[in-house]
Amino acid sequence: MDAIILQILNGLDKGSAYALIALGLTLIFGTLGVVNFAHGALFMIGAFCAVTVQRILNLSVTTVDESRTDFLGNPLKVQTPYVENWFGPEIGAAISDWSVPIAILFSIPIMLLIGFIMERGLIKHFYRRPHADQILVTFGLAIVLQEVIKYFYGANPIPTPAPEAFAGSLDLGVMFGFDPNAIIYPYWRLIYFVFAALIIGGVFAFLQFTTFGMVVRAGMADRETVGLLGINIDRRFTIMFGIAAAVAGLAGVMYTPINPPNYHMGMDFLVLSFVVVVVGGMGSLPGAVLAGFLLGILESFASTTWATTTIPGINQIIIYLVAIIVLLTRPRGLMGRKGVMED
Amino acid sequence: MSKSTLTRRGLLKTSAVAGAGVALPTIFTASSAAAYMNEPTGSSVTLGFNVPQTGPYADEGADELLAQKLAVEHLNGEGDGGCLSTFTSKALQGNGILGKKVEFVTGDTQTKSDAARASAKSMIEKDGAIMINGGSSSGVAVAVQGLCQEAGIIFMAGLTHANDTTGKDRKANGFRHFFNAYMSGAALAPVLAKEMGEDRRAYHLTADYNWGWTQEESIVASTEALGWETVNTVKTPLASTDFSSYITPVLNSGADVLVLNHYGGNMVNSLTNAIQFGLLDKQVNGKDFKIVVPLYSELMAQGAGENIKGVLGSMNYNWQLENEGSKAFVKSFGEKYGKPPSNSAQTCYAQVLLYADACERAGTFNPCGVAEALEGFEFDGLGNGKTLYRAEDHQCFKDVLVVRGAQNPSSQYDTLEIVEITPVDQVMYPPNHPMFGGDEATLGECNAGA
Repeated sequence: MDAIILQILNGLDKGSAYALIALGLTLIFGTLGVVNFAHGALFMIGAFCAVTVQRILNLSVTTVDESRTDFLGNPLKVQTPYVENWFGPEIGAAISDWSVPIAILFSIPIMLLIGFIMERGLIKHFYRRPHADQILVTFGLAIVLQEVIKYFYGANPIPTPAPEAFAGSLDLGVMFGFDPNAIIYPYWRLIYFVFAALIIGGVFAFLQFTTFGMVVRAGMADRETVGLLGINIDRRFTIMFGIAAAVAGLAGVMYTPINPPNYHMGMDFLVLSFVVVVVGGMGSLPGAVLAGFLLGILESFASTTWATTTIPGINQIIIYLVAIIVLLTRPRGLMGRKGVMED
Repeated sequence: MSKSTLTRRGLLKTSAVAGAGVALPTIFTASSAAAYMNEPTGSSVTLGFNVPQTGPYADEGADELLAQKLAVEHLNGEGDGGCLSTFTSKALQGNGILGKKVEFVTGDTQTKSDAARASAKSMIEKDGAIMINGGSSSGVAVAVQGLCQEAGIIFMAGLTHANDTTGKDRKANGFRHFFNAYMSGAALAPVLAKEMGEDRRAYHLTADYNWGWTQEESIVASTEALGWETVNTVKTPLASTDFSSYITPVLNSGADVLVLNHYGGNMVNSLTNAIQFGLLDKQVNGKDFKIVVPLYSELMAQGAGENIKGVLGSMNYNWQLENEGSKAFVKSFGEKYGKPPSNSAQTCYAQVLLYADACERAGTFNPCGVAEALEGFEFDGLGNGKTLYRAEDHQCFKDVLVVRGAQNPSSQYDTLEIVEITPVDQVMYPPNHPMFGGDEATLGECNAGA
C-alpha cells in the first residue's frame, strides 16, 4: 500500500510538470491555432531565469588569500558574494539560498515579455500559414533558443537547489498511520504539486470569472463573431500567449531544484507534453490537465519493478501505448471536441 | 476556434520525413593509391579530433579539444612542452611527428554513433586525417573504432568505459588509454568492503544501454565476490530525466546501498533525486544507507553540486595526482586555460602523445607499424604512473583512482578527493575474460587501408 501511495505521489509530481506545459500548449493552440513546438524552450528559459537569479545573487568580489594556494600553487583567489558583503554573511547567505523563490517574481515579467516578443515578432506572421510551417518555425526557434542558452550557460547541468528550509523530506506515512519512513516525500516535490495546482486553478479562474477571460473563451469558440462585435481579440490572444509563456516559465523555475537544469530540458518534456495534449483532446484545457496527471501516474506505475519485470520495457512505452488506446477508442482524446484539428 | 488544416496523420507524416532525413546512413568508401591510407606527402600531417561539440556532453568535448590542441602545440615544439619532458619515451623532440608539422581538424560526434561516424569519415576522406582521437561515449567509440578499422586509420579512443570497446568489439586499429568498467569494479570493491563492510545489500539502477549493462555486470561481480547481496538490478531508459519512480522502490526494498550505473545527465539527476528522498539520511539493516557512483567525472560532480559529498566512485585520472607527469600536465594545461584538466582531457592528451611517439618509434605513419609500436608498450610520465598498452586487446593497464565527493571543497575544482590509488595488479584480467568476449574476441588483422 505504501508503495502504491508513493507511486501516486510520484505521478502527481511528474504530472504537474506535464499538466503545466500542456496547459500552455493548449491555451496557445486554442486561442491562436498555432502548434507551438517552442513551448518546451519556454519551460527551459524559465528554469534558466532561476539560474540567472542564482548567479546574480552570487556575484562576487575577489580577494586573495595568501595563506592558501590554488591548483597551480598561486595564492588562492577567494570569491565573496556582494550580498554577503552588504548584508553580512548570514543574511547574505540566506538571500542566496532563496534564489529559486526569488526567481519566481523575476521570471513572471521576463516570461510575459518573451511570450509577447515571440508572438508579435515571429509567430503572428505564421497565423495564415499551414500548420506544418508553424511546426517548422517554432521547432527551429526552440533549437535557436536552446543554442543561445548553451552558449551562455554551457551544456552541463547547473545545480540550483531549493532553500535549505525545504531540503528534506516529509514523513507522510506517520501522518496516515503507516510505519515511520514508509512513505517519505521530498518537501520541494510536494510544494511543486501544490504550486502547479494553484497555477492551474488560477488560469481556470481567470478564464472563467473575469471579463477578459470571458472574451477570450468567446474568441476561442468563435473568433470571427467576437471580432465583428468590435473587440480586438488579437490583442487579447497575444496576452494569452504571454500568460501561456509565463505558466511554462514558472513550471521551469519551480522544477530547477528537482533536477538541475540544462539547455535541452525543454525538449525532454516537449514530446510527452504533446502526447498529453492529444490524449487530453486538442484544445481542451481540462483535458490537458487531466491527461497530464493521468499519464504522470501511469508512467510512475510502469516504472515499478513489478511492472518492468512483468512486461519488460513497459516504462518506456506506456505513455504512447495509452495514447494509442485512447485515440483508437476516443479519436478526439479524453475531452476533445468535434472540429478541432480535423479536416 | 480557428479552422485547422493539419490532421494527426499529416503531423505524423511530417515527423517521419524529418526523422528519416536525419537518420540517413553513412557509407564509407576508401580510395588511395598510396602505401597506406592518407599517407602524408607534404610537410605536415593531419590528426582528426572527433569530440562532442554539441549535445549533452559538449562541455566534456570542449575540454577534450583543449587538451588535444595543447598536445599538438607541444608536439610542434610550442608552449612549455608539457609532458614531453616527463614522458619516459624520449622519441618526441618537439619538431612535429617524423619531422612533419602537426595540424588538426575537428569533428562533432554529437554523442550519436551515426553523426560520429559521419564526422570521422569526413575527416578521413576530405581532410586526410591519419588518426582519429576523442569522444565521450562507448557507443560512439565502438562505432568510430569500427569505421577506422574499415578505413585503415588508427583510432585512439577518448572517454569510453564500457568493457566492449576493448572486449568483444576490440579492433586491431583501435586503442584505449581510458580505464573500463571491470577495472572500476575491481578498484572499488576493496574500498567498499573497508568502508561499508562485507555484509551489504545492493540495489542497482542502470542506464539501459551497452555501457550501463557492462558496468552493472562488473560491479555486481566484484561486490558479490566480497559477500554483498544484489537485491535488485533495474534498467532505466537513457532518456529518463526524473528518477523518482525508480528511487522510491529502493526505500522499502531492504537494500542498504544504491549503486548508480549512470553517467552524465542521468547520473546528475538520479543522484540528486536519491538525495532528495533522503536515502543518505536513512538507516537500513542497522547500517547507514550509502550511495556509490562507479564512474565519476569532474563535470558530473559539478552538475550534482552538494549532492556528491561523501559519495564514492572511480576515475581514470584526477589532476590532484602528485606524480611528475601529472604535475607537468596540470601546470601546462592550467597556465594556458586557467583551470585544471578533467580526466577526459587527460586521456585525449595522453593518446595524442602516445600516437605521435609510436609513429616516431616505428619510423612510419603506416597504421600497422604504429599499432605494432603501441602493442606491449610500457611507459610512464603522462600522469597515470606506470602504464602498459597490452598487445592482446589494446587496453591500457595502470593504477585506478577511487575518489569521493569532498566534504569541504575550497573551489569548484576540488569537489572530488582521491581516497585510494588502486595498484594496477588488482585491476588486471586475462584478455579472454568472459566479460570481454571470452575466447571468441579477437583484434582481427591490422588494416592499412590502401
